[in-house]
Amino acid sequence: MNVLVCVKRVPATAGHIALSADSQEIDTRYLGFTVSPHEECAVEEAVRLIEKHGGSSTVLTLGPEVAIDQLRDAMALGIERAILLETDGREWDPVATAAAIVEAIEAERAAGRSYDLVMFGNESADSAGYQIGVRVADALDLPCVTGIKALEIGDGEAMVRRQTEAGWETAELSLPAVLTVKEGINLPRYPSLPGRLRAKKKEIERIKPQWQDGGLEKIRLKLPVQVEHSVEILGKNGDAGAQVVELFQRLRLL
Amino acid sequence: MVLAFIEHLNGAPTTLSLEVLTMAGRLSGEMAVPLEAVAIGPKGAAAAGIVTSYGVSRLHVGDDPRLADYAPAGWARAVAELTERVNPEVVIGTASDRGSEVMAHVAARMKLPLAANCTEIAPGDPFTVTRQRWGGSLLEEAHLKGRVKLLTLAPHALAAEASPSRTEVATHPFTPALDDKDFRVRLVPQVEADTGKISLAQARVVIGGGRGVGSAEGFASLEELAGLLGGAVGCSRAVTSLGWRPHSDQVGQTGMRIAPDLYIACGISGAIQHMVGCRAAKHILAINTDAAAPIVEQADYAVIGDVQKVLSSVNAQIRKLREVPVG
Repeated sequence: MNVLVCVKRVPATAGHIALSADSQEIDTRYLGFTVSPHEECAVEEAVRLIEKHGGSSTVLTLGPEVAIDQLRDAMALGIERAILLETDGREWDPVATAAAIVEAIEAERAAGRSYDLVMFGNESADSAGYQIGVRVADALDLPCVTGIKALEIGDGEAMVRRQTEAGWETAELSLPAVLTVKEGINLPRYPSLPGRLRAKKKEIERIKPQWQDGGLEKIRLKLPVQVEHSVEILGKNGDAGAQVVELFQRLRLL
Repeated sequence: MVLAFIEHLNGAPTTLSLEVLTMAGRLSGEMAVPLEAVAIGPKGAAAAGIVTSYGVSRLHVGDDPRLADYAPAGWARAVAELTERVNPEVVIGTASDRGSEVMAHVAARMKLPLAANCTEIAPGDPFTVTRQRWGGSLLEEAHLKGRVKLLTLAPHALAAEASPSRTEVATHPFTPALDDKDFRVRLVPQVEADTGKISLAQARVVIGGGRGVGSAEGFASLEELAGLLGGAVGCSRAVTSLGWRPHSDQVGQTGMRIAPDLYIACGISGAIQHMVGCRAAKHILAINTDAAAPIVEQADYAVIGDVQKVLSSVNAQIRKLREVPVG
């Protein structure tokens, strides 16, 4: 089977978020970059599917040229091919992003490469539009399930499960299909050194899609208002045991 | 008109849907247009008894029996078809898993933009929304275009507020045109057997462990404390990535979002992705060797020290308390 997995380069944020002077972006001067956690799992799932069922895997991203790093990370884990939909660094909204991905998939099909499965993360860690996978499925007239946490491939069909507050729900759908993945579907592997070296030598296919106004225009970013707040230090190490127990009693937990 | 897409369980709107009705009501007041609601599935008509307290004048019910069970594309086709027919200015749904999925399908079908996880909405031209990024750790102000403004409301962006006065609700059943293609995906619920374990979502106290717990075995002290307090054990993403705990225990942006009375963060640094999951806790107690860790400044109480040393002392003292006969 042929699997396409779509990822997005996002900053690896830690304890704090700081904004750029013009409030248009996160200040990334001191940050590394990664892909969204759900997408790490989508990449891992794609690699496992090909290991199990044979076929080929491709990773695609829409982003600036530096997003090649994230494509190579995916190839280091076992994805074979990579496609960069290269942008000028501007942010693309969901409509524009989905349209560029659809166009790329159609170009692939015209070149004789069709996909049985197109995978996404359920939502990106940063802009979190919760819609790219659904839009791509709709445009390609494919069935789609979002937020899956288990996947089995049968004869021309996929069995998926996703978690709800009450337990699980399941669906069976025929391939080709679009699936968006949630973290927890698997535990992604770490790249091996030979994997990294192999990925470094691989060619990246590049397409420059046309930017469009998708109708959701970022004006500025802002940090949520922080409520004034102080912390009470109860003590150090084991000496704090009595104070902690006293706190539990105060909160009526004991 | 503002159209609220509500989710319901046998006709009882979900909590998030009541929040959507509240926001939609405010919006319809500001825009001086009527508020209507749509519920999918034949049982949706029963929601009339509740939506009457939220200023809804019409309740549209997609009553095709095939819509009784959840089929994302079919539900979306019903909402999209109604939207085309009644021509609202705004359609607003919840940002639950289902709400997000249906609204994404509606937007795709109608070729319209969609603003997900909004916290504030300022109608007018331009139509401005504030929406969550990074699970709410960052906000984006954006202009939303389109002949109909489609959006989802972030959970708990406001509190649901029923009005003491009731409106006259007219129920309008409708049967959308549907074909087999709209049911290529049907989600069938699988209710899990009750394990008797206190779930992370419901626990009054959650003891979360991070890398500072030291090892998978190190969680024994957290489990013991959970047993003593009748709580549940959670963990950070670092811990699931290390394979120390299953992903179902993970608290954070890509795991569970919890709201216990007390969250005890043990050896967790407090990355924004983790705080997204525990921000709703009433109190946070941090146990950390690093007094400068982000978790410490965001906590209400902190103990500076090694998780195992602190917990072994706490657990021993609680055990001792329990040994003393009461009264």
